[in-house]
Amino acid sequence: MSASFTKSMARNIFYGGTVFFILVFLALTFDTTRALPARDHRENLTAQVAEGKEVWEKNNCIGCHTLLGEGAYFAPELGNVYERFGNNKEAIKIFIKTRPRNGVPGRRSMPQFNLSDEELEAVAEFLKYTSEIDTASWPPNIQG
Amino acid sequence: MVYQSQAVAKPYFIAAIGLFVGQVMFGLILGLQYVIGDFLFPTIPFNVARMVHTNLLIVWLLFGFMGATYYLIPEEAETELHSPRLAIITFWVFLAAGVLTILGYLMVPYATLAEATGNSLLPTMGREFLEQPTLTKIGIVVVALAFLYNVGITVLKGKKTVINTVLLLGLTGLALMFLFAFYNPSALTLDKYYWWWVVHLWVEGVWELILGAILAFVLIKVTGVDREVIEKWLYVIIAAALVTGIIGTGHHYYWIGAPEYWQWWGSIFSALEPLPFFMMTLFAFNMVNRRRRNHPNKAATLWALGTAVMAFLGAGVWGFLHTLAPVNFYTHGTQITAAHGHLAFFGAYVMIVLTIISYAAPQLLGQGEARSNRQQVLEMWSFWLMSVAMVFIVLFLTGAGILQIWLQRVSENPQPFMAVQEQIALFYWMRTVAGIVFFIGVMVFVASFLVKGREVARETPAAIEAAA
Repeated sequence: MSASFTKSMARNIFYGGTVFFILVFLALTFDTTRALPARDHRENLTAQVAEGKEVWEKNNCIGCHTLLGEGAYFAPELGNVYERFGNNKEAIKIFIKTRPRNGVPGRRSMPQFNLSDEELEAVAEFLKYTSEIDTASWPPNIQG
Repeated sequence: MVYQSQAVAKPYFIAAIGLFVGQVMFGLILGLQYVIGDFLFPTIPFNVARMVHTNLLIVWLLFGFMGATYYLIPEEAETELHSPRLAIITFWVFLAAGVLTILGYLMVPYATLAEATGNSLLPTMGREFLEQPTLTKIGIVVVALAFLYNVGITVLKGKKTVINTVLLLGLTGLALMFLFAFYNPSALTLDKYYWWWVVHLWVEGVWELILGAILAFVLIKVTGVDREVIEKWLYVIIAAALVTGIIGTGHHYYWIGAPEYWQWWGSIFSALEPLPFFMMTLFAFNMVNRRRRNHPNKAATLWALGTAVMAFLGAGVWGFLHTLAPVNFYTHGTQITAAHGHLAFFGAYVMIVLTIISYAAPQLLGQGEARSNRQQVLEMWSFWLMSVAMVFIVLFLTGAGILQIWLQRVSENPQPFMAVQEQIALFYWMRTVAGIVFFIGVMVFVASFLVKGREVARETPAAIEAAA
């Protein structure tokens, strides 16, 4: 680096640039926060959906699945599973309920989580809610 | 070692290496579960093994960062550490919290752990990388505060150099951003939005400050290049990192429900994110070329150069590969992400911690400036084994990812996830083989500390090397 470019110039670029872009980021965050309720259909966020999110978290579902593309890549995407299962909450509940306790020989299998009926209903509601979030048309197709 | 209190780094480095071994062992389990679906099922299901793998990584890197800080702060500030005792106490608290949490993951179902630790009072669990019980998270905050107090006071009473200022900035940012781990709103998009403030603003934000500071410290020591030059580079690199990285967070906001303007902000700024890593590579090679001494710790120099190169490849090149919104539309949430994650974490953060361990070890172990030739040769073997194996892991995962995207998302008849996984199993097998080689590399690194070497490495006078 040339000698005319001094250390204090470099320092000023660092502090000035950082502060400037933190402010830009905060402004964008402010705008996003205002835009979100319409995009994630906040009006549909019922107590049951919130409970479903807790069931989702308490059983570490993200440890195998992706949800809106984030998580582990070991099991299918679930952001659109409600649609993939034919807009059918019952199908989701039956799938979770009937996982074999000891797995399937040689194959990946979802564990049996022993969810109560209330928990099953809540997690299905949560997945339905998630499928309705405006994700800019992601995923590319129904397979997730 | 110039100051007595630098010795507190030693237990931190030992714990880091121990947990690193555990992390890689769980990586092998995960690799096998990808191809033998019922391996260890239902005793250790995939989600548990993965949680152990990623959480061990975070914990051991934090041990590494703290050890690095305790090692270099007294030397930079030119004063003893404020309280070596506090440093040892927080070491044991952090280790106990870490080990108990991992045991909790392995011994009881996750839902039971959540209940036993009172997750319902303040639900923070069950989100990727932030799976720790809320109690553990509070423990992490307490340890971080004690740690920051200890090093903060040390710097205040001593000399403030660019390196210790940048390091402290990075560490403070690390603690600050972690607080967003306690915010878990019911609205999924909002939750994800702020979850990235921990995850992205750590690894593509404040951690880069820590990385830069440690690298600059080691380069000053092993090259003897003028501090003014190195500090100027450090400022430029971290300026580029934060200027691109903060708005670069936007590349995570394309498909989670955030407004679509993030596709522009995220694409443009994150396309520039390779820049700081490219500069880091130029920096490291430039400094080593302009060296004023030939430090006898050749292994540490190799690790420092390796960090710069691998971080550029992993974080820079593999990050750019899938960061533009139109590309990311197809790659999001596939093995491409896994490939990038592995090379970026290894290149940037694993290697910088191994760099400082490599540099500090001979001094902490009372061997002088460098370990014996035999020990350094082993260390260099471990460097190449780990680096080459990781490159292959990443190439195989990238291959798997490309096929996955084609079969599941692009071809005319998109196939279901599981059907695709079976067709790309060959790549997962090859990845696992590369993983075993990586594990051997880790073992060789450990072995370099267990062998004794008779002959102590000495500095070759620069004049002799120049003549030859």
